[in-house]
Formats: sequence, C-alpha cells, structure tokens
Amino acid sequence: MNSAIAFRNILFKDMKNYYLKPPNISWGLIFPFAWMGMLLIKSGSAFSISEVFPGIVALSILFGTTSMLSVTITFERKSRSFERLLLAPLKTELLILGKITGAILFGIFNSIIPVFLCACILKAPVNNWFLLAAGIMLLSITSTLLGLFISVAATEVFEAQTYSNFFRFPMIFLCGLFIPVTSLPLLLKPLSFILPVTYGVDILHYSISESNFLPPVIDLIILSVFSIVLFYFSIYNIRRKWIK
Amino acid sequence: METIIEVKNLKKSYDGIIAVNRIHFKVYRGEIFGFLGPNGAGKTTTINMLTGLARITEGQIFLRGKDVTHDIQSVQKIIGVVPDENNLYEELSGFDNLCFCGALYGMKKNDRERIARELLNLFGLKDAGRRKFSEYSRGMKRKLTFAAALMHEPEILFLDEPTTGIDVASVRHIRNLIRELNRKGATIFLTTHYIEEAERLCHRVAFIDRGKIITTDTVEKLLDANRDAHMVDFRFAPVSFDISQLTEKLHSRFPHISCVLRDPGTIRITSRQVTDIAPVVSFLASSGLLVQEARIIKPTLEEAFVKATGIEINLMKK
Ligand SMILES: Nc1ncnc2c1ncn2[C@@H]1O[C@H](COP(=O)(O)OP(=O)(O)O)[C@@H](O)[C@H]1O
Ligand SMILES: [Mg+2]
Repeated sequence: MNSAIAFRNILFKDMKNYYLKPPNISWGLIFPFAWMGMLLIKSGSAFSISEVFPGIVALSILFGTTSMLSVTITFERKSRSFERLLLAPLKTELLILGKITGAILFGIFNSIIPVFLCACILKAPVNNWFLLAAGIMLLSITSTLLGLFISVAATEVFEAQTYSNFFRFPMIFLCGLFIPVTSLPLLLKPLSFILPVTYGVDILHYSISESNFLPPVIDLIILSVFSIVLFYFSIYNIRRKWIK
Repeated sequence: METIIEVKNLKKSYDGIIAVNRIHFKVYRGEIFGFLGPNGAGKTTTINMLTGLARITEGQIFLRGKDVTHDIQSVQKIIGVVPDENNLYEELSGFDNLCFCGALYGMKKNDRERIARELLNLFGLKDAGRRKFSEYSRGMKRKLTFAAALMHEPEILFLDEPTTGIDVASVRHIRNLIRELNRKGATIFLTTHYIEEAERLCHRVAFIDRGKIITTDTVEKLLDANRDAHMVDFRFAPVSFDISQLTEKLHSRFPHISCVLRDPGTIRITSRQVTDIAPVVSFLASSGLLVQEARIIKPTLEEAFVKATGIEINLMKK
C-alpha cells in the first residue's frame, strides 16, 4: 500500500479546492495591506516598521490558517465526504498530516507578502533570515494545529468560525504582538505563556530586531513540543470522537 | 462454503440507546447477503461497525479472519462501501472524484485513470465525467458513489440501501450491476427496506427489527415456509359504506380462511388448502360489494417477513 500517493492526493485536492481558490488567495494578498493601513492610521504617519513587522507576519499566518483548516474539515465532516478518508486504509496520523499540510503551506504563503513588503519595499532590517523562516514555519504549524484542535470541538461550520475567533482575537493582545509580554498585567501573563503563538512571535521579534524576551532556542523547543503534543492530542480526540 | 464475514454477539449502544442488540450472522464468499428491516432497525449501524466507521460496544467482527477491532486497515483494503447517503466531493468532477478515491487506496495515476474511465462507462456516466458532482441528478450521484466504491476492486462490497430514493431506470441499472459484480466474484452485503429487492437480489436474507435479527435463511427456505399458503386478492368497486366489519363476517362464514383488508378496495383471503372462490364472491356480492377481479397471489418474501416480524408491510413501504 503506497501511503505517499494517498498523502499527496489529499494535499493536492485541498490545495486545489480550498487554498488556491481566488477568494483565499486574494485574502492572503490583501490582509497584510489592511493591517499595515490600520497601523498607519492609528499611529499617525510615523511608525517603526521593525516594530510592526513581526505582528503583521504573525497575524497573516494566524488568520490564514486557523479558521481555514477548521472550517474545511468541519465542512467535509458535515457533508460526510470526510467519511471517505476514514474508510480508506490509512493511519489516522497520515490522513491528518495530509489535511494539515495544505493549511501549513497556506500559512507560509500568507507570510510572503508581508515579509516582502516590510523587508524589500520598506527596507526593514532583518537580523536573522534563517530564524525568520523557522519562526514563520513553526507559527504556521502551531496555528494550523489550533485549527485542527477547533475542528475536533466543532460540529457545525459556524461553530468552527466562532471558536477560531474566540482563540484569535485575545491572542492578538496576549502574545506580545503589540504589547510586549513583559509589560502585560500580572494576571494575564500566565495566559500569554500558554499560547504557542507567543513563542512564535518571540522568534520573529528576535529574527527581525532582537527584541525578544526568551532565547530563540528555548522558543524553538517550546514550539516543537507544543506542536507534537497538540498533534497527538488531536489524533487521540479524533479517534475517540469521530469514530463513535 | 468459506465464511468471509463472521459477526458474533455484536452490540452497539449510543448513550443508553441500543441500536444493535447482540446479533450473530455469517456471510459466505460469493453470495449476496441481504439485511432487511424497517427504518431505524440498526442496518446502517451494523455496516458502520463492519467497515470501521463506528466503534463496537460489545462482540466481535471478523472479515476474512481478521478482527475488525484490531486490524481495521487490512480489512479496509479489501472492502468497498456505498454509504446510505452520497458522500463524494461536490466541487470535484465525476472523474476526479473517482481518481481521488483510487488514490486513497494507493493506486498509481495510470491505473486510477484507466479504471475511473472504465467505471464511468460501466455506469453510463461517460458524458458526465467532466461535470461537477454537485450538478448530477440523484440517480447519477448514486451511481457515481457506487462506482467510487469499486475503484480499488474490493472483494467485499457493503451497499447501504443502494436503490433508495432514485428513479426507476437507475434502480434497474444498479440492480443489474449488483448481479453482474456478484457473478464476477464479489461478495455483497446489502441492506434494504424493500422486501422485493431482497427477494430479487439476495441469496440469503436476515430480517432485522429493533436491533435484533429475527431470522436468517436462504430466500428459497424463507419462501418455502409459506408455500402451503393459498392467497387470493379480491378487488372491488369503491363503496360508500363502512366495510371494516367485513373481514370478521367473512371469517365467521368461512372459518378455514383468514382475511385482511389490504386497502380500501382489496380483500385478501389466505387458507391452507385450495379454496373454491365462487361462494366467497357471492358472499361479498350479498354484502353489497361488486367484485371486479379475483387474483391468485404467489407467496413472496413479504408474507414470510410479516409472519416472522409482525411488522405491517405498509410501514416498510412508507
Ligand atoms: N450516531 C447516533 N447516535 C445516536 N443514536 C443513533 C446514532 N446512529 C443511529 N442511532 C440510532 O440507532 C438506531 C438504528 O439506526 P440505524 O442503524 O441508522 O437504522 P437503519 O439504518 O436500519 O435505518 C436508531 O434508533 C437510531 O436513532
Ligand atoms: Mg440506514
């Protein structure tokens, strides 16, 4: 049994059907501009591009992946086409890997425009390109896995959307994008530390302007552990809840 | 005969509701085995457990000797499933749907495309191959869903109500294909709530009701149980008076026959020996009925089913 064929086809089908559809592509293109515009208005004319660079990258990824994956999976479960995948002789891990890879790539794609805009057009200095790439990748992975986590909890498409927003909007303020984690009220700090995005943003801060609060190695380790735990926890839940 | 599916003491409950209640049955290689029962009897739940879509509460299932609970992937390689509702991708074309299903079983591109084309031909969907699934009619959707289950050339086919809710021509087409696939060696497990479908297609049938199997036998044996029943239907012109008492009156006049009002215009009499119908007709005439037709009814699976389950046929046909 050639599992690679199954994996590839699950991935390609999702890319073609969901991620490469014009509305989603244009979302990935327009979104970063919208955020930059907003920040521009907020701060008058002068804002340090290095300061907002990580934020725009992180938000583009977060908003591109989390709801996309949870909505598509919930939609397929609702329309029962997901049963096809459950009937196929595939390991649950492989099947889910096939489903999330599309969203991860979509997250990475969404970061290209803001990176290009900030680094190439607005000439924001980048301190470490390698860590920037690693940060983007890990942020895509963790925000996609959050989407997977949500799709296990949701049964209706609108629920998937609501839960995504429930996660995302507080995250904007808690993960150190606009308010540094170190200056958050004491009560909110623990909340910030349990969010994987916090560490992804920290890597971005480091890679762009070295304004991080944890050593990047620690961030990388924490994010990897987060990803593995979230992945297997979701697999466990899927086996328990989707095969009733 | 080689046993290909063996189900032992199978039970399924959903938060206290028992959907399947300790059933046992065997399916032999090369046969068409029918699961016949009304809506809510537990047919789909049984298929879901057999195919890995539902967890088994109690009991065991073996497919070709493999335990479904422990080795679902080896089982899934050799089975094809046509679910009760079409579950292909609306936004993909017929051809792409088939190819995608083939890919899930690790089929190579050339093989998938070749078999997909063959199946589109076989199901009369050649011209619709490039059209989106969402644009298909109900009958076409059913056929493509059926074709998708055949992509990886499975040994055992599970068909959950394959002909429910589609047009007559598609029903005929699908039934012929089921026979054809069976002739070519596929073992077929099918559920239906159409008695006549079970009778026409299946070699053996299990009657299932409220999660329990009432009886399992070959169609011939089930029919034999009623071979000595002689039935005649009397059809009469519509009347304006109440005829609900008529069957009782008829029975007290002719004690050796039993009678039922099949519908407002038909009375059926059943007896253990051949009955002279002339006195019955004149009795009916004297009660004010104009008998227009008397027809001898050959015993069908319907009678066997009613006898075994006590379920009114009208409930089955809806
Ligand atoms: N997911 C489920 N949760 C709760 N009850 C269910 C579920 N699936 C089926 N049932 C119940 O199990 C019984 C059998 O259903 P089903 O197997 O679908 O019957 P059939 O296919 O013969 O019409 C019904 O009473 C149904 O309501
Ligand atoms: Mg059913």
